[in-house]
Amino acid sequence: MDETHEPALADPADAAAHGAAAHDEHTAHDVAKHIRAYLMVGATLLLFTAITVFLSYVNFGTQKANVAVAMLVATFKAGLVAAIFMHLSNEKRMIYRILIFTFFFVLGLFWLTYLAWYDPITTR
Amino acid sequence: MEIPYTVTARPDTGLWNAKVGIWLFLASEVMLFGGLFSAYVFLRLDAEPGAWPHGLLNVPVGTMNTAILIASSVTVVMAWASLKMRKFRAYWWYMLVTILCGVIFLGVKLVYEWPQKFDHFGAFIKKDALEKYEPYLGNHHLAEKGLPQRTEISGHLHNKEALNDPNVKEYEIALDPVNADPTNPNMDRPHFLYVPPTDKIATIEKEDVEYANMFLPKHSAYFASYFTITGLHGAHVLGGVIIFTYLWLPVGTKLYKRNPEHLANRVEVAGLFWHFVDLVWIFVFPLFYLL
Repeated sequence: MDETHEPALADPADAAAHGAAAHDEHTAHDVAKHIRAYLMVGATLLLFTAITVFLSYVNFGTQKANVAVAMLVATFKAGLVAAIFMHLSNEKRMIYRILIFTFFFVLGLFWLTYLAWYDPITTR
Repeated sequence: MEIPYTVTARPDTGLWNAKVGIWLFLASEVMLFGGLFSAYVFLRLDAEPGAWPHGLLNVPVGTMNTAILIASSVTVVMAWASLKMRKFRAYWWYMLVTILCGVIFLGVKLVYEWPQKFDHFGAFIKKDALEKYEPYLGNHHLAEKGLPQRTEISGHLHNKEALNDPNVKEYEIALDPVNADPTNPNMDRPHFLYVPPTDKIATIEKEDVEYANMFLPKHSAYFASYFTITGLHGAHVLGGVIIFTYLWLPVGTKLYKRNPEHLANRVEVAGLFWHFVDLVWIFVFPLFYLL
């Protein structure tokens, strides 16, 4: 949404001469607006680190439940890093295309691990 | 050779080239760490009940390192934002802080955490000898509470020659608190603060020991995965520090004067790598330190 819809220049040297920043999705003005968000995310991550440590000393019944809670918090933190620090909340389509493949391959990887552990053939 | 599309978007991808490049690289990194994490999951799920160790790492130190890494993620994004706003002085300072954070993180790992483990000792007791060492294991107490039994006695090894000399028939260990006072309910769960070995000495005969070693990768599946994953992660931190230092040195200043947007993009790409390293640590920290 912050894009300046100008046609991309074919020649990079030409583009540099025209002030390339104007073609980027992050102009200086936008960046200034985001700084508060970066600091807030940093503070939130620190807070949730403390929460993770605290929750690990709370007994949720089973060890598995404790692991699940910790992974939930970690996934939230990782999501913040990816969305805000890595700008994934507002990225070009090309990047999402790459990451969709990564997502499914990782799922497949952990699925293989699960199969090896669960072993549906010999435990039948 | 002039590398094209360093600052302008390539018409077909809509992105400058390095951005596509770093994301492809990070996608492969996800698979690399994903493989190791799935190995960790496999080893942990397959471990005998009670055999997966808890509370062996120093939690306050790990928490501090986590905070340092998060702070460095903030400073690197601020360094990039400063370049975007053409504030080179601010960039220089933020980058310096980022580099220092990386160096401190590595220093804590390599100077304190790892060597402390290398200097720690643990002996797994054979099943039929567990009763003999009951005063150090407290398994009756644990069974009453429905907790999994202990099979390892750990602490500071006094007679290091016992590791390699077959003529030495026993290990002399200054016991960890958990083995010095095993029926104390305080020992049922891991501590937040690190507690050093006590001065209570135990003698353990080698013939009662299933396997014994210092806390090295070969000590257990836990330490094998701990050292592999934190080692690879540490190598990434080192890589990030080297790249940041390169961008921070006069090379970066020169590039800034020639084309500030190009330097900003380089910092953005290096920053994306750094955030990924931070992201991996967000999972490493609870899995190895806390759970």
